[in-house]
Amino acid sequence: MSGDHSALELVLTADPALIAIVRLSLIVSLSAVFFSALVGVPFGALIALTRFPGREGVIVVLNALMGLPPVVVGLAIYLMLSRSGPLGEFGLLFTPQAMVIAQTVLITPIIAALTRQTIEDLWIEYRDELAAMNVGPAGRVATLVWDARFSLVTALLAGFGRAAAEVGAVIIVGGNIEGFTRTMTTAIALETSKGDLPLAIGLGLVLMTIVVAINALAWVARRGAERYAG
Amino acid sequence: MRAPLSNLPVQFDDVGVVAGGVTILDSISLTFTPGAPTVLIGPNGSGKTTLLRAAMGLIKPTRGRVTWAGSDMMPPLRRAIVFQRPTMLRRSAVANLHYALANAGIGRAQRSARAAELLELVGVGELGERPARKLSGGEQQRLALARALARDPEILFLDEPTASLDPAATKAIEDVIRAVVARGIKVVMSTHDLGEAKRLADEIVLMHRGRIVESGLVAAFFAKPRTQEAKQFIAGELLV
Amino acid sequence: MLTRRHIITVTAISTILLAAPTAFAQDKSIVVASTTSTQDSGLFGHILPLFKAKTGIEVKVVAQGTGQALDTARRGDADVVFVHAKSAEEKFLSEGFGVKRFPVMYNDFVIIGPKSDPAGIKGQKDVAVALKTIKDKGIPFISRGDRSGTHIAEINLWKAVGIDIAKEKGPWYKSIGQGMGAALNAAAASNAYVMSDRGTWISFKNKGDLVIAVEGDKRLFNQYGVMLVNPAKHPHVKKELGQAFINWLISPEGQKAIADYKINGQQLFYPNAGDPSA
Repeated sequence: MSGDHSALELVLTADPALIAIVRLSLIVSLSAVFFSALVGVPFGALIALTRFPGREGVIVVLNALMGLPPVVVGLAIYLMLSRSGPLGEFGLLFTPQAMVIAQTVLITPIIAALTRQTIEDLWIEYRDELAAMNVGPAGRVATLVWDARFSLVTALLAGFGRAAAEVGAVIIVGGNIEGFTRTMTTAIALETSKGDLPLAIGLGLVLMTIVVAINALAWVARRGAERYAG
Repeated sequence: MRAPLSNLPVQFDDVGVVAGGVTILDSISLTFTPGAPTVLIGPNGSGKTTLLRAAMGLIKPTRGRVTWAGSDMMPPLRRAIVFQRPTMLRRSAVANLHYALANAGIGRAQRSARAAELLELVGVGELGERPARKLSGGEQQRLALARALARDPEILFLDEPTASLDPAATKAIEDVIRAVVARGIKVVMSTHDLGEAKRLADEIVLMHRGRIVESGLVAAFFAKPRTQEAKQFIAGELLV
Repeated sequence: MLTRRHIITVTAISTILLAAPTAFAQDKSIVVASTTSTQDSGLFGHILPLFKAKTGIEVKVVAQGTGQALDTARRGDADVVFVHAKSAEEKFLSEGFGVKRFPVMYNDFVIIGPKSDPAGIKGQKDVAVALKTIKDKGIPFISRGDRSGTHIAEINLWKAVGIDIAKEKGPWYKSIGQGMGAALNAAAASNAYVMSDRGTWISFKNKGDLVIAVEGDKRLFNQYGVMLVNPAKHPHVKKELGQAFINWLISPEGQKAIADYKINGQQLFYPNAGDPSA
């Protein structure tokens, strides 16, 4: 991505470096959302539906973890994935996989906390009826998650927004390697430090446009699906 | 198909329910046997809802026992309850029924037919595809009844089924209740409305402050109430 | 209800997602820990494609400050380290983390300042005197503050005129703990002086009101060296590929590639692999 072009030129000419960066950003953040949902939704649902000593404390901590600073997560994952660290033998540092791991850690609390709130609210509504229909624990979780799916999608979008916007975690564990681990946010950080502020802002606008587009797509999908539900 | 289980008779042996330091039910002893409908009446807070829930098995008594056909470990198969304000699942009306049928152990192959039949029975046949939460109050009440009937119950508990309905909807529900009774299902319901009690009941149970005050066949109860509370209640003077 | 179909779908998607980024990875690749100033100058964008065309080896550059780059190499997270702070590099070698140090190229540092020259040091030949003047007049000065090669050189220049800057700094001295680009941005925004390597300065796009105030002093000479991370300490280091890169850098071909890198017709780095004292 030559610094002599404006962001608009890069978009209009479909500059391959820009496309690679956008593609990597989307793959990393969407993958993180996928894995976070895999862990966070069942976990959040579990907390919502069970009672155990210390439950209130767990909820407080989970909510607080939504505010995990990305740079702290990045540093922690870096130390774990470093060759000198406990998971060094996998050689994951400075790879896109490391970035996915870091972002997954970052946004799982968001998805879990929002899931817990959503499921708990719906459980209060559904509790009597599900008991009256003799629905077992597995059935309860499945029913609540399915019926709350639109709110849960919003939770996923919140997670995606957080992941797509952050730079602290991915730059530390990814290393901002050109053509390999450079995402939109790390490219913006780089161009800023090179003093090419117009390009940096332009890339920022490209990033925002993509995020808005994804949210718009989700909205349209939701409207379409909602017509068939209650 | 499963072997026919029995819930009946449902027996309360000196049942007490205390929650948050408050006595909601006190020394309740009664039996629900197969046959004509039993109607619980009494002022607000007299414990009617709690009694119905305990009879359904949703609440464990803090004292005494509730048994179904002699066992207090009976799983809630073939008994059903419709709450005063039923909650619809965020799905279509017919999907709500499919859900109830599935959880009652009805096989996939039979569900569509049964669902259509139940919707017809309660009179919401054309509303099947509509989102259940968008139905009117009366329609939701009828759908809740259909959901309960999906469980093929021997005994059906109804908590003030017409409390929030207009006269037309009330009549519709009462007609369905009569149809249900005609099928041989034991109906135990609570109501505020003395007229409704007279219309539907065979047996009346008057509750006040968590206790059963008087019970008996409907004609005798209204003609010759024995207790002071019963007389006051019939006169509309027993409020709390 | 969780069916087998769901589980298979989820497993398939997970595998694809986890594998997809690997499709980008090259098997023949090395990680080089280098400095932000070298990256920001654009040198790597120029020379690495030439190296890849010749050897097929993909060089992945992780750009940090010199101190951080050496730490990355100490942890074994890089195969080669390419920085510009000879004393720090020799310490690295003496600790056993590097195999051998090869000089590669040099450029120089310059003192950058506002066009209005509030410290009155423009054209000053003695850089240590210039810095002392800045301190005495309390004119704003931006320091990298990040243990980079530039930062270390800056500290040594203060020392040359008898100032222990860590102890004697005042509010005029702003240590930002970031890379060269960020420091230049800060200087441009606050009309301050800053020490920069010439390469980053030439390619920097936000010069604003800043110009070169002091240059040419021999003590502003900035030498770059490259080392292979010691496989004895970190057996996974790709020593053949790493050594191939080093060999190319110091070869006539590599040295020419470095010399050929120009911005606006100006050469940024001067190859000197053949200089034994470098």
